[in-house]
Amino acid sequence: MTDRNMALAQLEAGEQAIIEFKDVNKWYGDFHVLKNINFSIKKGERIVVCGPSGSGKSTMTRCINRLEEHQKGTISVDGIEMNDNLKNIETIRKDVGMVFQHFNLFPHLSILENLTLAPIWVRKMPKKEAEELAMHYLERVKIANQALKYPGQLSGGQQQRVAIARGLCMQPRIMLFDEPTSALDPEMIKEVLDVMVQLAEEGMTMVCVTHEMGFAKTVADRVVFMDAGEIVEANEPQEFFNNPQHDRTQLFLSQILNH
Amino acid sequence: MAIEFKPSPSLPPPSKSVGVVAWIRHNLLSSPLNVVLTAFSLYILYLTIPPLIEWGLINATWTGTSNKACTGGGACWAFINSYFEQFMYGFYPSEQTWRINLALVILVLLVAMFAIKKINKLYLALVIILAYPVLAYYLFSGGVFGLEPVETAKWGGLFLTVLLGVIGIVASFPLGALLALGRRSNMPVAKSVCVIFIESIRAVPLITILFMASVMIPLFLPEGLNFNKLLRVLIGIVLFSSAYMAEVIRGGLQAIPKGQYEAADAMGLSYWQSMSLIILPQALKLVIPGIVNTFIGLFKDTTLVYIVGMFDFLGRIQAANHDTKWLGTTVEGYVFAAFVYWIFCFGMSRYSMALERKLETGHKRN
Repeated sequence: MTDRNMALAQLEAGEQAIIEFKDVNKWYGDFHVLKNINFSIKKGERIVVCGPSGSGKSTMTRCINRLEEHQKGTISVDGIEMNDNLKNIETIRKDVGMVFQHFNLFPHLSILENLTLAPIWVRKMPKKEAEELAMHYLERVKIANQALKYPGQLSGGQQQRVAIARGLCMQPRIMLFDEPTSALDPEMIKEVLDVMVQLAEEGMTMVCVTHEMGFAKTVADRVVFMDAGEIVEANEPQEFFNNPQHDRTQLFLSQILNH
Repeated sequence: MAIEFKPSPSLPPPSKSVGVVAWIRHNLLSSPLNVVLTAFSLYILYLTIPPLIEWGLINATWTGTSNKACTGGGACWAFINSYFEQFMYGFYPSEQTWRINLALVILVLLVAMFAIKKINKLYLALVIILAYPVLAYYLFSGGVFGLEPVETAKWGGLFLTVLLGVIGIVASFPLGALLALGRRSNMPVAKSVCVIFIESIRAVPLITILFMASVMIPLFLPEGLNFNKLLRVLIGIVLFSSAYMAEVIRGGLQAIPKGQYEAADAMGLSYWQSMSLIILPQALKLVIPGIVNTFIGLFKDTTLVYIVGMFDFLGRIQAANHDTKWLGTTVEGYVFAAFVYWIFCFGMSRYSMALERKLETGHKRN
């Protein structure tokens, strides 16, 4: 309930919520995977979601662009409610970029084609303009020299940076990251996190499911801890790490920080 | 002070592992069993190849007007020679066969234009798929621009085989892709229509479908409404092979990781965009061997139209075997048929391999 109160308090304070979960419930068959999620995210906020596996953190994130459907409650993004209306879903997806754990680049297209695909077909941008935009973002993730290669020829870290650039090419208002560094070798995690930190500093609204607590400490405005389909605790990183309220949070933190 | 790490230089492989001699040693003589098998194979080749060459080339008779000309003890290719035109064109009037040749030349030229860089490939493909068939139809059947009409009952020989094969392949491929997508669709109506269609067509032999197309459909059609037998048979062949094609393509669709669908969705691509730009290109590439398999099968299955009284290439050869002037030339006829089918099917097979190599973009990490 504290989260709910917090969300209400923000609304009362007149702060604009860009993503809002209200009493969201979701089941996979009989399995109750999201239980009464109430949460709102302001424009420009950086949210880190953490928790043990199976806690529903990915599912919650994927509900934001309706890769998963929720069965009860309402989710609104940018003031548009997510329901079966395909038009709404497509509108939201244009404005919400997503980065996956396993990159999900399109292996039959070159890096450049991966980036220009959505701008050309969804935004109806001329090819030339889309390519300029793509090169701009490839330079930002420091990978412009690989533009004509295929995803299979790049390392994991490079692929994930391409995936981030691909998301940015749609010039989204929100970026979702679903465990972006979990499939990477330790040496490659940093190059991806660097790009994400840079993005955060530019004021992008970000929701990031990750176990990188260092990233959470330096970048997040709020850290959300989930377990068993519920938001257990959500707080500013300073408070969250130094003074966790719930014993479940304390246990989780002690397990991932002390080894 | 840290020690600087320098990777050791890469060396060339030992010379024993490359070259012709190494290949022979490795593949033919690598073990005692292998040596024996190699010797045995050489012996078999020695037994079979020289007599075959003697029969087919050295002692063969190439020209003549009846089987009496064939006295050399070898193959009687004179039979093929004198029937050649009928094997190629069926009963198409011989002074009109230039129309078929012209259509073939135009098709080859159009396809060759893909090699020219400046030409828009999409427009060219549209011309080949949409405009060319109309042109070819009027060339073949005539009745316009002063071309003498030739009814489809006279179409036959290799011309008919290729016609059935090409139209069957070109039409069943997109139809199969649609059926495969439909079968995996979330829409219950589309899904059940596709499942019922695929399962019922696959459960029936092609011969049955051809009989139904040629004999039964006219019975059900109202008096006076009748359409061409060739067209009915073609529709039967297309429907039949599209069901097989659908299942091959569905296999490819199932092999695409869920993440590809999700990434396409997350970008805001519509269903048709994500299928045509992301999913199908990858799925089709995966199942090229299966698709070509179906194409080759379809090409050879077209011989079944013989059953409903159409004389395709093989049918024409079989009919010619009954000619009393050429009794005893059955083997030559079938060898010739096998040779021609082999050229077509082997060509398709090589083309598919080249296509696979061309589309390889290093999905597998080297």
